Amino acid sequence: MRKTHPVVKGLALLTVWFLYLPLLGVAVCSFNTAKDGWVWKGFTFDWYVKLFDNDWILNAAWNTLVLGLVSTVIATVIGTVLAVGINRFPWGRKTNSFLNTMLNIPVVIPDIVMAGSLVVVFGILREVSSIFDMGMVDMIIGHVTFQIAFVALVVRSRLTLIGQDVEEAARDLFASNWYLMRKVMLPLMMPGIVAGAMLAFTLSLDDFVISFFLSGPDSQTLPLYIYASVRRGVTPQIHALSTLVVLVTVVLVVGAQFLSKKEEA
Amino acid sequence: MNTNKEKNLTIQNVVKTFGKVEVLKTVNQVVKAGEFFTLLGPSGCGKTTLLRIIAGLEIPTTGSIILGTDDITSLPATKRHVNMVFQSYALFPHLTIYENIAFGLRSRKINADEIKRRVAEGLEMLRLESLQDRMPDQLSGGQKQRVSLARALVNEPDILLLDEPMSALDAKLRSQVQEDLRRLQRKLGTTFIMVTHDQDEALVCSDRIAVMNGGVIVQCGTPEEVYDYPCNKFVAEFLGAANMLKAKRVEGGVETELGFFCLEKMPEWSEGLVTIRPEWIKIRESRPERNGVLATVDDVVYRGTNFDLFLSPGNLRVRTSANKNFRVGDTIWLELTAGDLVALGD
Repeated sequence: MRKTHPVVKGLALLTVWFLYLPLLGVAVCSFNTAKDGWVWKGFTFDWYVKLFDNDWILNAAWNTLVLGLVSTVIATVIGTVLAVGINRFPWGRKTNSFLNTMLNIPVVIPDIVMAGSLVVVFGILREVSSIFDMGMVDMIIGHVTFQIAFVALVVRSRLTLIGQDVEEAARDLFASNWYLMRKVMLPLMMPGIVAGAMLAFTLSLDDFVISFFLSGPDSQTLPLYIYASVRRGVTPQIHALSTLVVLVTVVLVVGAQFLSKKEEA
Repeated sequence: MNTNKEKNLTIQNVVKTFGKVEVLKTVNQVVKAGEFFTLLGPSGCGKTTLLRIIAGLEIPTTGSIILGTDDITSLPATKRHVNMVFQSYALFPHLTIYENIAFGLRSRKINADEIKRRVAEGLEMLRLESLQDRMPDQLSGGQKQRVSLARALVNEPDILLLDEPMSALDAKLRSQVQEDLRRLQRKLGTTFIMVTHDQDEALVCSDRIAVMNGGVIVQCGTPEEVYDYPCNKFVAEFLGAANMLKAKRVEGGVETELGFFCLEKMPEWSEGLVTIRPEWIKIRESRPERNGVLATVDDVVYRGTNFDLFLSPGNLRVRTSANKNFRVGDTIWLELTAGDLVALGD
């Protein structure tokens, strides 16, 4: 293996610090007894404890969880089916590359554009039914739209890894479609499905833009709450809340990575 | 063990095209029940496609596949009583060796006692008892191949298909496995159809070999027939080293650049090729009565079990036993006997 120049190493480390130092700062502040400013006055868990006295925060946390779980379940099912369809159906080469492009667009498209278009769509749908009034239903649908692509991408790469052979072997050994799905494909796809779901949940958990555009009076989420509070001034409580959100995110992302890397080696 | 020994497989006018590419151009062949049949050919000759059609993993564009008296052309793999050993083995990585072998029986919902009995039989037949609780990634290539065989054979198929079963094994193991396969097939009496591009493999294992090229079966016969009497240049060269001589038919034999040779079987053409295997050319002390060539040794290659001599004129290759010492520059008499010279068709 080639040796890396110390300068390159140094730059790399610096970049990592540049990315994570602010987060670390927030985490440190969340344990600081001082109400504001950057002076360390002593260690405390008070801010974390106080989070659980704040009904606004508890309510927002509940909404975030419901939104995250429901949208993730829906997106995981649809995304998995989509991945199987794209990867296994004998599409022509052109159709296949078209589908792949379509799958990548939601990943790179700016959230704000997606959110804007969703506002328009729900505006029209609202004429049909009041279910589509600003609020949880809209937010769930909105989150599902961007989650599907991520789930499908992760599951698809898993499918490519599994290959066609075991599927043909199962058919050759008299497996019906259902038996093949249950006994071979699902168990083999499972690490990919779980990784995709974890990624989707993380994205929902951290989403601000789409939620901001679609939320109603009763559907504030944690990112929305943090945004609103920060405008009134940053408190250590917000630091504590942010730290928790980051922690959950890190756990989920690391977990998803672990699952999708597993068995690849 | 096999209940359907009487079923011949008939491949009738099978054509397969992928898009515009014609992979198989009208294949007709009968595989007799209980024989070890090999499809031999270079990559891209359509042999694997033909195997997959027999397995039910591809449907022929036209033509039919008949097993015994049943037309199974459009019967999907799931319902065919034919099992396959995949080139990659395609073991289920999430199941133990035992469960891998039991898979076909379980998916047909055979009762538990029967499954137990047959898997145990399969494990014993391929010496896998000690490995039954392992996972596939804990096995060596040779072991995986045996699991793959057992997994197919416990279903007691009418036909066992083998897709390049030895391509992932190292050379030493390969010759061992070739003999094992042959013995296994003899013992079970099941029809084996194997695909390979390795002529040694084909010659060692098979009762009959079908040599394929460009989507058709060029010649079909016993190993001796295809090796000794190749029908054309492709078959002659694909099955081993062969000396080729351009020839013109004359009264009683052929005229070549090396002179006149008598032939046992006269060719139908007036101009074409005659061939002789390097090991059949005999080295003589003096000028033979007929079919003699005086040649000079250009090169000597030691091959362990024998020497290969390269001689001029005609760039002849002669295989001779290891104890004869020849040096570059030696002049020797060769005899290309009438019975060993084969006239090739197109």
